[in-house]
Amino acid sequence: MAEDKFTAIIVGAGPAGSTAAYMLAQEGLDVLLIERGETPGSKNMFGGRMYSNALNSIIPGFWEEAPLQRPVVKEIVSFMSGSRSVSMTCQDPEWLKPPCHSYTILRAEFDAWLANKAEEAGAILACGIRVDDVLIENGRVIGVRAGEDEIHADVVIAADGANSLLTEKAGLRKALLPGQVGTGVKQLIELPADTISQRFQLEENQGAAGLFVGTCSAGMQGGGFIYTNLNSISLGLVVNAAELQRNQIKISELLEEFKSQPQIAPLIAEGEVVEYSAHLVPEAGMNMRPELFGEGILVAGDAAGFVINLGYLVRGMDLAIASGAAAAKTILEAHKNNDFTRQSMSRYLEFLKKNGVWNSMENYRHTPEFLDTRRLYEAYPQFVTNLASDVFTIDDGKSEHLIGKMMRAIKSSRINWSKLAGDAFKGGRAL
Amino acid sequence: MKKLNLQELLAKNKFLVDDEENHITLNKEICTQCEAKPCIFACPAGVYSLKDGEIKFDKAGCLECGTCRVICSHPGAIDWQYPRGTFGVIYRYG
Repeated sequence: MAEDKFTAIIVGAGPAGSTAAYMLAQEGLDVLLIERGETPGSKNMFGGRMYSNALNSIIPGFWEEAPLQRPVVKEIVSFMSGSRSVSMTCQDPEWLKPPCHSYTILRAEFDAWLANKAEEAGAILACGIRVDDVLIENGRVIGVRAGEDEIHADVVIAADGANSLLTEKAGLRKALLPGQVGTGVKQLIELPADTISQRFQLEENQGAAGLFVGTCSAGMQGGGFIYTNLNSISLGLVVNAAELQRNQIKISELLEEFKSQPQIAPLIAEGEVVEYSAHLVPEAGMNMRPELFGEGILVAGDAAGFVINLGYLVRGMDLAIASGAAAAKTILEAHKNNDFTRQSMSRYLEFLKKNGVWNSMENYRHTPEFLDTRRLYEAYPQFVTNLASDVFTIDDGKSEHLIGKMMRAIKSSRINWSKLAGDAFKGGRAL
Repeated sequence: MKKLNLQELLAKNKFLVDDEENHITLNKEICTQCEAKPCIFACPAGVYSLKDGEIKFDKAGCLECGTCRVICSHPGAIDWQYPRGTFGVIYRYG
């Protein structure tokens, strides 16, 4: 392997890396896709859902062959305050029209499929290899080092995930700060497919996705999620790492607590936990963006911080796929012109702008700072649940008017109204 | 559903433990000076623990998320790499 020189070496066979490898191999370029897991996907986890658009533009009709779990027809957002909660459900059959708006997914099988597509297209897939460093010569990246092997290429794509050591080693990013990432944990809970459909009121193999804000994160910046797979449920929490750093709270115990809540327990009753996983989640968006390109190198997917969390909607995989595609287009052009200089690599930004990744990230630039407002996780869920509970509770012939109930909920929540107005404005701008 | 402790949770996972190489090494001199020791709480796999005032690290249950690396506020205390190829946690679902 040491004597070969590839056009592109891609580090990490996740959605970003495999998409780039697939597109480059399709055009006949020499591509090496390196994965440290024994199989692609064996090191990867996420909450549970992929939006379809990005992949469908690269592999049209992907849903006919990809290992998918359920197409999501139902969205549920819940505020939790103790054992009380208020939820909003939105169901839209339009989301089931091919390619279907989004699917729940298990990464071990899905990532293996996508990497296999790249391999079928002609990329060389090398699994079980940890890339230790980038090779730099005269300020330009000329390949990677894995153990004692040095492998050369015109260009390297760092698609090595949220905790990307490669972008740090290439000098494209400083060490991550705790406030820039969340720690995500998930339990995979097996249940019969019928049971899941009944409990979530779903027809056949349609899916539901739920996000939770409030006591599930013990008032810390974060939230809970639930996704229905075919015969399992993905249940988990994401909490900002800076919160975990300062609050001596164990997220594994928090997840057990979440499971026991009355909103969750009946959904997973009699289920069997078959896996417990954890991963970092980029949370700071454009504010944590590394240098996306350098001489002979590009950064894609989670490694580039391409995740959008709006509280009621979370995107990551589709942005990873689209950024992998943009990286591939950059390299195809560079290959044609035989120019892998920094300037040539800077075209990556143009391709990211063309396929929407850049604009999506830019539009939500202010969301992370908005979400760093403790009131969102404690006072507001408490206010909303108290008020709703009051509205639905009859009270001994007092028959208090709604306005009175509202005032009482306001008082008991101790919400500062100028702060609420400020948060509402910030939220409007950020979301 | 019965509450599960971390050992029970981690026992659900498939691991290939590397007996020859540690992917995380601690500089105990630096760790001794750290009062807060947030790694003990923040690690989702609970691989850090305190024994006789000293931090112990058990790589066996490590989920390779990198939380400890990010939250450690003492530069040089945690030398963090991914496990060698194929070793470590093997997600069967993800």
